[in-house]
Amino acid sequence: MTVVTAPVGPTRLLDTSGTADVVGLDAHLARWGALPDLRPAALLDVVDQSGLRGHGGAWFPVGIKWRAVARSGRSKPVVVANGAEGEPGSGKDRFLLHHSPHLVLDGASVAARAVGANRVVVHVTPGSVSGIEQALADRTRQGLDTCAFEIVVAPDRFLAGQESAAVATINGKNPGIPTFIGIRTIRDQGVAGRPTLVQNVETLAHVALIARFGPQWFRSVGTDESAGTALVTVTGRWDAPRIVEVPLGSTLGNALGIDAEAARSIQGVLLGGYGGGWVPTSTAMSMPFTEEAARSHGSSIGAGVAILLPSGVCPIAECARVVRYMEGEGAGQCGPCVNGLDLLATSMEHLAYRPRSLHGGLAALPTLCGLVEGRGACRHPDGVARFVRTAIEVFADHANLHLSRGPCQTGQPFLAVPGRSSGGSR
Amino acid sequence: MRRARFRLVVDPIACDGAGVCAELFPEMLSLDPWGYPIIHGDEVPDGLLELARKATVNCPRLALTLIKIDK
Repeated sequence: MTVVTAPVGPTRLLDTSGTADVVGLDAHLARWGALPDLRPAALLDVVDQSGLRGHGGAWFPVGIKWRAVARSGRSKPVVVANGAEGEPGSGKDRFLLHHSPHLVLDGASVAARAVGANRVVVHVTPGSVSGIEQALADRTRQGLDTCAFEIVVAPDRFLAGQESAAVATINGKNPGIPTFIGIRTIRDQGVAGRPTLVQNVETLAHVALIARFGPQWFRSVGTDESAGTALVTVTGRWDAPRIVEVPLGSTLGNALGIDAEAARSIQGVLLGGYGGGWVPTSTAMSMPFTEEAARSHGSSIGAGVAILLPSGVCPIAECARVVRYMEGEGAGQCGPCVNGLDLLATSMEHLAYRPRSLHGGLAALPTLCGLVEGRGACRHPDGVARFVRTAIEVFADHANLHLSRGPCQTGQPFLAVPGRSSGGSR
Repeated sequence: MRRARFRLVVDPIACDGAGVCAELFPEMLSLDPWGYPIIHGDEVPDGLLELARKATVNCPRLALTLIKIDK
């Protein structure tokens, strides 16, 4: 009989990443063993005690969310395993679904049991479908899960993974478009009008290990507030983006092997992706990698994204392209967001390409940000505002050079903007 | 017994910027440059509840709602 051991170091979700491209059910069970048979109340306690927070970007305490759904009690809850990452800088959910589908499905199974759900929807991008179909078929053959699993494919857009947008897709109404949840929450009334737990797939993978090895084991890595590890999609460190597992509270400098010398060729670091915020390179490399620390610097680690902007590109032009992309990715439903993001994008394009057209100077930008923050049905405008606020702070010197001397000669774009060749209205 | 406390919520999807609310209830509502309402303050003071209610029922899109604040 094989003995299952908990990972001792900070490599947990990527423990099996050296063994096979896809960890099939047999290899999964050989490494991790079967899920323990715990009652719903015990599962809720274990998840609470673990201190696990949501890795989809909001970092909300998982235990609190589960209890709210579990006691909603009007009808049987639904669990959504959300792997529809729309953030262009993030690839960790797709990686995890491809490489370790059974960790995610185990976690979803545990969540369903804990909150009393009898239906699990795996909400993913098209590329993840065949792998999950195979994994579900293997689990069915072994009779692993007691509740019904189904796959729903997310549309290809930035907002698709947003909680209420995911529910809209699953309900077949305005796929990928957020709804207003200011009065009735998704936890209360989501998929098919039932109480719904939408949980990011990485969060569920952590649950799969917490259920097996317990909350103390989980807390042996990380900080009090942010326990465990996080998968981080890193762009700009190596030739291609890479997924790394970082102990929460450790530094990116350590995790990525970037010393003061290497940091000199990085202009700034975008944490959290296009809905996140810029931090100076030295701060990014030395601060504890947690959501609290990122927020204290006006940023967010979001779904675990770090983009290192190399020297030699114009940071203002890079940001202008991203803001225009984000404007185009809005759902177009809320007046302040529709008008405000367009004006923000135009202002950033002015600053990037024709600085003399920017009315009110740099100070106009934070004022505009204030007009969109908190005023959308979803957090899309807040993310763009954070991106812009931090960009003009971190790249203030460069922005002022544009104002005094004119725009840069822009070369090859660095930040990937899906579906658009390059440039705004240059 | 403490009276129920309320705050104003705009459904930004339903709101089309008619601006009726800010006209009826300038004590807590103003309009942004595009005509969409900005809420000032959180709890609606007791003395202003009637005005707030009037603003909600007169919104042509029923986008403005008074909701109870949970303790």
